[in-house]
Amino acid sequence: MQVLVFVGGVSAIIFIIGIFVFITKEGLPFLLGRFDIAEFFTSPRWRPTSEHNPTYGALALIAGTASVTGLAMLVAVPFSLGAAIYIGEFATGKTREVLKVLVELLAAIPSVVWGFIGLSIMNPLIIKLFNVPVGLNVLNAGFILGLMAAPIMTTIAEDSLKAVPDTYREAAEAMGATRWQVILRVVIPAAKNGLVAAVLLGVGRGFGETMAVLMASGHSINLPTSIFDSVRALTATIAAELGETAVGSDHYRALFTLGIFLFLITFIINLTADLVVRGIRKK
Amino acid sequence: MFEATELNIRNHKVERLWGLLFLLMTVLLILPVLVILGVLVYKGGPIISVDFLFTEPKDGMTAGGIFPALVGTIWLVAVALLASVPVGVAAALYLSEYAPDNWLTRMINLAIINLAGVPSIVHALFGVGAFVLFFRFGTSILAASLTLAIMTLPVVIVATRESLQAVPHAFREACWNMGASRWQTIRHVVLPNSISGILTGVILEVSRTAGETAPIMFTGAAFFLPFLPQSVFDQTMAMSLHLFVISTQVPGVPEAMPFGVALVLIGMVLAMNAVSIGFRMYLRGKKKW
Repeated sequence: MQVLVFVGGVSAIIFIIGIFVFITKEGLPFLLGRFDIAEFFTSPRWRPTSEHNPTYGALALIAGTASVTGLAMLVAVPFSLGAAIYIGEFATGKTREVLKVLVELLAAIPSVVWGFIGLSIMNPLIIKLFNVPVGLNVLNAGFILGLMAAPIMTTIAEDSLKAVPDTYREAAEAMGATRWQVILRVVIPAAKNGLVAAVLLGVGRGFGETMAVLMASGHSINLPTSIFDSVRALTATIAAELGETAVGSDHYRALFTLGIFLFLITFIINLTADLVVRGIRKK
Repeated sequence: MFEATELNIRNHKVERLWGLLFLLMTVLLILPVLVILGVLVYKGGPIISVDFLFTEPKDGMTAGGIFPALVGTIWLVAVALLASVPVGVAAALYLSEYAPDNWLTRMINLAIINLAGVPSIVHALFGVGAFVLFFRFGTSILAASLTLAIMTLPVVIVATRESLQAVPHAFREACWNMGASRWQTIRHVVLPNSISGILTGVILEVSRTAGETAPIMFTGAAFFLPFLPQSVFDQTMAMSLHLFVISTQVPGVPEAMPFGVALVLIGMVLAMNAVSIGFRMYLRGKKKW
């Protein structure tokens, strides 16, 4: 029995290594053969289906992911930190419980439903409000992604505010500080690392989101110059193209290479967030 | 002597102002979502009927109901649970009852965070490479469910670990003092006292699994299948993929249909979550220690 429990215990490690091994196994022949690192990072031309001269430049896809995630964070970071401060420091009793449950329910809405909302509600709304021809663009996907990432960031940020010992607050209040002064000068500095980790995990979430971005971003390869441009994200490219490739073809392996790239980036983001959080515990 | 000074009054005003600002931000965060849910109910509500839930799609998915997708989602979730609950509970038992504070435990925790953080489409690629091709399950419920199981494993582990750690240490010590082994203690004291907390985690996992789309797109979910799956080696339709397909891939779908599918999907997920949250609150209220 103990052996079984131990195997279960290390299963998470086995799976994460398994994920890396299997996507690398499928992507490696491309990485060692056709892959051109300069083309991958500097060319905006992703044309894997061209018959004569397929090109595999991921710059436009990276720009698409970055622009959508960037806008999402611009929307979500201030609001979710504000909400975390309200729920954690101002709200009391029933209000607090209700708000926490609401935030938790928001986090549960499936990403395909968010994508559908972008497609069927936000799209006509953006066309009407801003008088643009297409409503599936950076603005739409960024807004949707912001709403998706906010509940998670709020929850983690609120947890880290709650982790600040009450004795800190009492000490400051005893010195005559108002509640706002306590929050600004004592609680936020003490919870700083947790708040940074919350933002990082939000970025990771935005970066890896697939269905919502696929449906709401317009899915056209573009280096965006305004928030009304349609873009295409790394994740969405895999989701849209994998079904149409032959197993073992260059195109198929190129999509797995995008997967390796996504895996490594999110791994680094999660590792950084973990190290940042560990930083506070050490002190 | 205790009259408010001018400074007191000003401080009080400033504080009220900040409180209101943060309240406003919280409301602005929640309000759009409530409006959106309202629109979903308004546009999708009228189409939902017993017929819609229990008949098959007709005329190239532009008419009829969602029965095969509903059944498919239940299959996918059930098989995924069978795979992930035992592994997840074992992992949580190890972390909570056995694991010393060493580098291996830190690695396990990091791996759990990463399993939860890896993009869903990367899980899909893994599912294709490992289950569909390497283990030769083909595109099947089995391959899709195992992919979902690995993706949602952190949900079970985290919830179970929390409920195991909520059992007071004194319970374990009392049991050890009676001469029970570590496993006997877990089997007869720790697990019975945390089973309802574990259940809460499982319900939460059901809701997460039911809504996922990307991991099942290439591993076992089909755009359209006129029949219900007979075994775990069949492909199946699924609610989440069905919503994607009829809202982006099929022309001529009446507007209310995707709204109806979205409403049923979100209803399932939110109901599961609400049950899980309610259950958790009930348990917290009932706790004897």
